[in-house]
Amino acid sequence: MGSSGKSSESFLSKPAVQSILAAILCIIIGLLVGYIALLIIDPKGATEAIITILKNYFTYPTKAAAMKYLGNTLVKAAPLLMCALSIQFCYQAGLFNIGAAGQYVAGAGASLFFALVLKMPWFVCLLAALIAGGIFGIVVGILKSYLNVNEVISGIMLNWIGLYSVNMLLSGVKETASPYTVQIASVNEKALLPSLGLEKLFSNNKYVTIAIPLAFIVAIILKIILTKTVFGYEIKATGIAKDAAKYSGMKEKRNVIITLFIGGALAGIGAAFLFLTGYEQWSVTQSSVPSMGFNGIAATFLGGLDPIGTIFASYFIQHITSGGSYLDKNIYPSQISDFISAIIIYLCGFVLFFKLYLNNYLRNRQEKAKERKEGGKR
Amino acid sequence: MAENSNSEYAIEMLNITKRFPGIVANDNVTIQLKKGEIHALLGENGAGKSTLMSVLFGLYQAEEGIIKKDGKEVKINNPNDANDLGIGMVHQHFKLVQCFTVLDNIILGVESTKHGILQKEEAKKKVLELSEKYGLKVDPDAKIEDITVGMQQRTEILKMLYRDNEILIFDEPTAVLTPAEIDELMEIMRNLAKEGKSILFISHKLAEIMAVADRCSVLRRGKYIGTVNIADTDQNELSRMMVGRDVQLVATKEDKEPGDVILHVVNMTVPSKLHHNNAVKNVSFDVRSGEIVCIAGIDGNGQTELVYGLSGLENCTTGKITLSGKDITHASIRERSTSGMSHIPEDRHKHGLVMDYSLAYNLVLQRYFEPEFSTKSGFLKKAAINSYADKLIEQYDIRSGQGAPTIARSMSGGNQQKAIIAREIDKNPDLLIAVQPTRGLDVGAIEYIHKQLIAQRDAGHAVLLVSLELEEVMSISDRILVMYEGEIVGEFDPKVTTPEELGLYMAGAKRKEVTA
Repeated sequence: MGSSGKSSESFLSKPAVQSILAAILCIIIGLLVGYIALLIIDPKGATEAIITILKNYFTYPTKAAAMKYLGNTLVKAAPLLMCALSIQFCYQAGLFNIGAAGQYVAGAGASLFFALVLKMPWFVCLLAALIAGGIFGIVVGILKSYLNVNEVISGIMLNWIGLYSVNMLLSGVKETASPYTVQIASVNEKALLPSLGLEKLFSNNKYVTIAIPLAFIVAIILKIILTKTVFGYEIKATGIAKDAAKYSGMKEKRNVIITLFIGGALAGIGAAFLFLTGYEQWSVTQSSVPSMGFNGIAATFLGGLDPIGTIFASYFIQHITSGGSYLDKNIYPSQISDFISAIIIYLCGFVLFFKLYLNNYLRNRQEKAKERKEGGKR
Repeated sequence: MAENSNSEYAIEMLNITKRFPGIVANDNVTIQLKKGEIHALLGENGAGKSTLMSVLFGLYQAEEGIIKKDGKEVKINNPNDANDLGIGMVHQHFKLVQCFTVLDNIILGVESTKHGILQKEEAKKKVLELSEKYGLKVDPDAKIEDITVGMQQRTEILKMLYRDNEILIFDEPTAVLTPAEIDELMEIMRNLAKEGKSILFISHKLAEIMAVADRCSVLRRGKYIGTVNIADTDQNELSRMMVGRDVQLVATKEDKEPGDVILHVVNMTVPSKLHHNNAVKNVSFDVRSGEIVCIAGIDGNGQTELVYGLSGLENCTTGKITLSGKDITHASIRERSTSGMSHIPEDRHKHGLVMDYSLAYNLVLQRYFEPEFSTKSGFLKKAAINSYADKLIEQYDIRSGQGAPTIARSMSGGNQQKAIIAREIDKNPDLLIAVQPTRGLDVGAIEYIHKQLIAQRDAGHAVLLVSLELEEVMSISDRILVMYEGEIVGEFDPKVTTPEELGLYMAGAKRKEVTA
């Protein structure tokens, strides 16, 4: 350990550098597999198709149009980031919050109910989403702490309970001709998130609101909580070493519940960040849990389980998802982007292998160098 | 079997080198086991004894070196090969099926059958013959869960003999036994050797090696140090070979008059996690300032639960605990800790450390919430934590790769334990509870820890030590309480009692009323 070796080695041995390298490797392999899939479907346009996915809004010739659609990608990246942060925060405490999908649904239901039925202003709707998501998290937390129910099982069940409850809750405010809830703008304009002039940066994209910078700020706050506060110290200790946390007098049960409340609240707010822009409407007949919560899993792992890394990962996943919608639907299904992100999720496990392999390689090299040095002495 | 060969050695491991990423576990090690001898393999934890045995057993393949059986080179690729060569092993933790009988366990895997039907009578006859021949008293029809640890071990030995093994490996066989059972085992080992079996005896207990072995090979940090005839050596030389320097084997301390009662326990009962009975039954005792009270006993007699009850990890069902005059019976773990109780836990990996935290973070594990280390708004004072860690690292000589930022997992066991001890002692506790603080550590670290415990006592603190090692109990305690099946069955003065007397109480053969 004494000699730090060559500068390239010490650079490579930094955890942050390793995470970024591993993430890039995952992305490259994911895109490669996606490309192969495109080749199998139809080899002629495959190259063009994969470029389209990567180009996303850059396909538009004018800068103004590109900016507008960059705005759209960001609008959807913000809730994805929130879901990813939810999963990540819980993961630090040793909890796999697959219930983020359901907490997201609860947040969507609460924010739309307060906006459309109770006609409340946006900040009340946001608070409602926070509390609804948080309550969904608390239920999982209590079951986990006091009855030792696995958070994955209770989380998945709550996903479905949430979905159908929200469908029922919002069925009174749906458009007569469609299964979608009515437009917020037409019923209660003050429930729309304010944009504070941000839309001007994105060619007057009216869906661009404070949600985007807020999500960004939340990520930074979480980073600070986890690395610099007593609460983060306790949460992480509970996550990695439950027994040691108990031994040192931390209230590990309470910590689990608080963590899941925060996780739930993050996912809940994430839903409000999307639905309170008016970009999407809730379909009261949908029978599958929105994928946003699950995509958060991919984003958080691709982001190397770091809030700041997750910002970039969320953007990337949303970027290729949006890009997928520009494909020629007659030849390629737009789900090819989902397919690529799914491959990337699978490869996220590989991130750990990659780090292990890299560390072993570095250690071996260091040792050999040391041996050579010692051999020289003899 | 071995009769047709003319080699002097039953098994030879010549120039074995086995590497793992980052370490050389065995570096050019040579062990030659003579026929009919008891050969001890001595070394501290992490010296490479287990690795060497795993190589012999075919669990690992050595990078360099050869293994010879009766002078002929053999390849051992897996445990079945080892078994075919007549190599058998009694593991430290027995590999027995609890709900099977002794006989079932012995024949498991080598059952003789006729038309698919077990021929147990035949097997039983052979087992009884073997048990007669070697003096291994067992009841073939008793279930494992009902018999003593000593008899379980004899079952393990019979398992090897039933398979006609010629080379018997005993891995730390005395760790779980009472002194009387240890004597019995020694006798059995001598018998086996007399009958021509070759025995490899792995241990780090010098007295036992002196008592039973013919020769002893010593490993230190993966390196082969040498082989000596037991007749020509003594404990001091062996410990010097093992540790690489002179070690004070017995701790010394001055007489001291104990002061006020610090810990006062009345009628404490703690339920067991393993069975429906209580693990600790109606226990009462005191610990005074300036004394080391030791709870002696065989593993699993309620010591762990007693400490859980005292530290708050487990709730007591009845009883009252008072610490420095304050009732802490229903206090939380944190309250007990801040009221002056320090606890060096039995399992340092599970309880004592957050293994993936840095050394600095681990050193404030009991104090991070104090104003010294965190602000009112809930932020950690990292600079204060690091300088405090640096102070402890220097004061307690905790060695690690990169100092305060070192991840605890990457530190050696001895230094991990030093870190825990530094943390717990630096809290300046009224009462220090230390549970097997020296388990798995090398002689040098043990010496250090004993000195620290005695220093606490001399500074006027109360020390409650739970230990399974009688030697440790005898050498550093001021008063000994023996626990058997959840009860305190005797109180002794280490100056007048003997290990043999303690052993009788530890095994439940005797008991006396204790006045708290």
